[in-house]
Amino acid sequence: MKKLMLGNEAVARGAYEAGCSVAAAYPGTPSTEITEYISKYDEIYSEWAPNEKVALEVAIGSSIGGARAICSMKHVGLNVAADPLFTVSYTGVNGGLVIMVADDPGMHSSQNEQDSRFYARSSKVPMLEPSDSQECKDFVKQAFTISETFDCPVIVRLSTRVSHSQSVVELSDKEDYKLKQYSKDASKYVMMPAMARKRHVEVEKRMTALRKFSNESGLNKIEMISNDIGVITSGISYQYVKEAIPDASVLKIGMVHPIPEKLIEEFASKVKTLYVVEELEPFFENQIKKMGIKVIGKEKLPITGEYSAQLLAEKLRDKKFDSNEASNNAVPVRPPVMCPGCPHRGMFYVLKKMGLTVSGDIGCYTLGALPPNEAMDICVCMGASIGIAHGLEKARGTEFRKKTVAVIGDSTFIHSGITGLIDIVYNKGNSTVIILDNSITGMTGHQQNPTTGFTIKGEPTKQVDLELLCKSVGVDRVTVVDPFDIKEFEKVVKAEIDADEPSVIISQRPCALLKYVKYEGSHRIVQDKCKKCRMCMKIGCPAIVEKGDHLEINPALCVGCKLCTKICGFGAIERAGE
Amino acid sequence: MKKLNLLIVGVGGQGTLLASRILGTVALKLNFDVKVSEVHGMSQRGGSVVTYVKYGEKVYSPLIEKGEADLIIAFEQLEALRWVEYLNKEGKMIVNEQEIDPMPVITGKVKYPEKILETLKASYRIYSLDALKIAKECGTIKAVNIVLLGVMAKLAGIDKNIFLEAINEVVPAKVLDVNIKAFEEGYNYHN
Ligand code: SF4
Ligand code: SF4
Repeated sequence: MKKLMLGNEAVARGAYEAGCSVAAAYPGTPSTEITEYISKYDEIYSEWAPNEKVALEVAIGSSIGGARAICSMKHVGLNVAADPLFTVSYTGVNGGLVIMVADDPGMHSSQNEQDSRFYARSSKVPMLEPSDSQECKDFVKQAFTISETFDCPVIVRLSTRVSHSQSVVELSDKEDYKLKQYSKDASKYVMMPAMARKRHVEVEKRMTALRKFSNESGLNKIEMISNDIGVITSGISYQYVKEAIPDASVLKIGMVHPIPEKLIEEFASKVKTLYVVEELEPFFENQIKKMGIKVIGKEKLPITGEYSAQLLAEKLRDKKFDSNEASNNAVPVRPPVMCPGCPHRGMFYVLKKMGLTVSGDIGCYTLGALPPNEAMDICVCMGASIGIAHGLEKARGTEFRKKTVAVIGDSTFIHSGITGLIDIVYNKGNSTVIILDNSITGMTGHQQNPTTGFTIKGEPTKQVDLELLCKSVGVDRVTVVDPFDIKEFEKVVKAEIDADEPSVIISQRPCALLKYVKYEGSHRIVQDKCKKCRMCMKIGCPAIVEKGDHLEINPALCVGCKLCTKICGFGAIERAGE
Repeated sequence: MKKLNLLIVGVGGQGTLLASRILGTVALKLNFDVKVSEVHGMSQRGGSVVTYVKYGEKVYSPLIEKGEADLIIAFEQLEALRWVEYLNKEGKMIVNEQEIDPMPVITGKVKYPEKILETLKASYRIYSLDALKIAKECGTIKAVNIVLLGVMAKLAGIDKNIFLEAINEVVPAKVLDVNIKAFEEGYNYHN
């Protein structure tokens, strides 16, 4: 049967067909849907883990236990999981272990553009890279086989365009995979120095075998068309090459680490001009150049951003495109904004009003850095807000600290914020941390997390009590407050930043997009009462707009959260009524 | 049509993703190779969104480039203006007349362009309608996307029944009736 599938959905299907029985992940665009789709298969146990490191550890445990296991994350998630990755490369596996990592060239929703292929190389783990949904499914299945054959984890690398595009997939039946025997083997699974030294020798042997395999596996394919131009490429770039330079011969690399050196030599000897087309880093290019082969790559193609067929045609074929010149420069940009009714809006309004330095984190609320809020000053990576606030205090002292807060989401706090809070308490810091508890993981599209009380399957489970958690690590001042109660919120923030001890404010109100969040419906501005003071504009709700000489609320956007009614000093905003 | 490059553009939260899923299903039913590419993430939150739908004998790149689109469905006027240069010389564009102010307009940094429809109509083949109003009359403002798909089905000359089958498969059962109605309204709009 043929089905149109998202790349991520096809990965899930591949795991299912391979008889995989455990999946763990932390959500991160563009990888999130992999585990969401897996959770629909009852044959596979799935979970949202608190972070990527834990997710990988769970998958490693399952693999050692004899099951086929999969673990998914985005590129920056692999930074978090890097520690277990490097060592599971030494221990090897029992049941097949596949690690999915989705890179984000172009940074559609990420804080950097890192190239995960270097992780494969430095951790000495083989890596495959599919270029459409069918390959997503096929490569995942092959990855399980390779994992078991070579006794190592296998990374499968995706990119946003592969993860988030749908193409046709031929479905197959599920393999009847039997749990492998588990037997105690400390020399393999206990990585203390004496044993690790021996395992490192094994890893090097494995790399030699994998280099040979890469040439023979069939994952890498030569498509000879002409002897003039040859292109070495992989992943989504392959599709751009086929479209932009249809007359070129192509070596499509499916196993990106280790690269198929013999095949590359063979291919290079057959063509006059050889290009390497790869998004992000010159990963193939540098290795091929080191082999003494002449290739053209980054001297013609960018190292930043996504590629496209048009870009390749322009850069490699000197083609010119005359786009239908509309006066496009005049079109206002449309950056993302916090939704109408968003619980973060009240909080940012207060922080901005108080003129605080805000150390932020990764989530919907990162949008608070953009106009009109412009209320966030620093944002580095998941969980960093708290440590950074602590660092600011240690560097600049009490006065500065009294004008500084850290803001972090509930899921992010569990991911890697809690350790920062422990650090503050332990090292006698006095920072104020605001946890934005919106009862869900918002940014990635509503995944459950340990603070919501539900599992990935929506089953009720124990819920982390944020208040008790913060108290138990030694924070005595913990306050829960509704960010839409603006006066109270400001009072609390004022008191907490003034206090000479660490404090946590739990800003509690559910995400406006949750189904059970029902506001009373759209509001309007009564023009007679409106004094045009524009105070209501300060909260930055996208539903409140200026129309010529007056202000209006767009009824198609307003959800009726009533935040604006609390800002208006003239009672000019009321329920619209149908 | 043997091959179609179609762009769906709009604002995050308008239901463009569901529309692209239906179109992908339609293409599959027509026995074409098809690729649908949607990028979301940050842009889900009220930012510009674009989905590429490409079908034909064999499709490689999931992207559609400037001057390559046969058809564009714009869910909002400003987005129509933003993406119009993707249209090819013979291309048609369906524009929902709805206006949603982007943040730079709300904050007063720039003005929402005036007379967008007139501007577009002067140089392109534009089919415009107030899909929001039609959807509301059908029973839910959420059906804007299906109204627009109705218009699209007619313009592309694709068998109506194939569309109805696809809508049946993709749209949840409890809102199916309103959506079928919305589709019909769209289909019969530009006669
Ligand atoms: S705050 Fe009230 S009075 Fe002032 S502009 Fe807004 S609606 Fe009008
Ligand atoms: S009630 Fe006011 S703040 Fe809330 S969504 Fe409507 S316009 Fe925006």
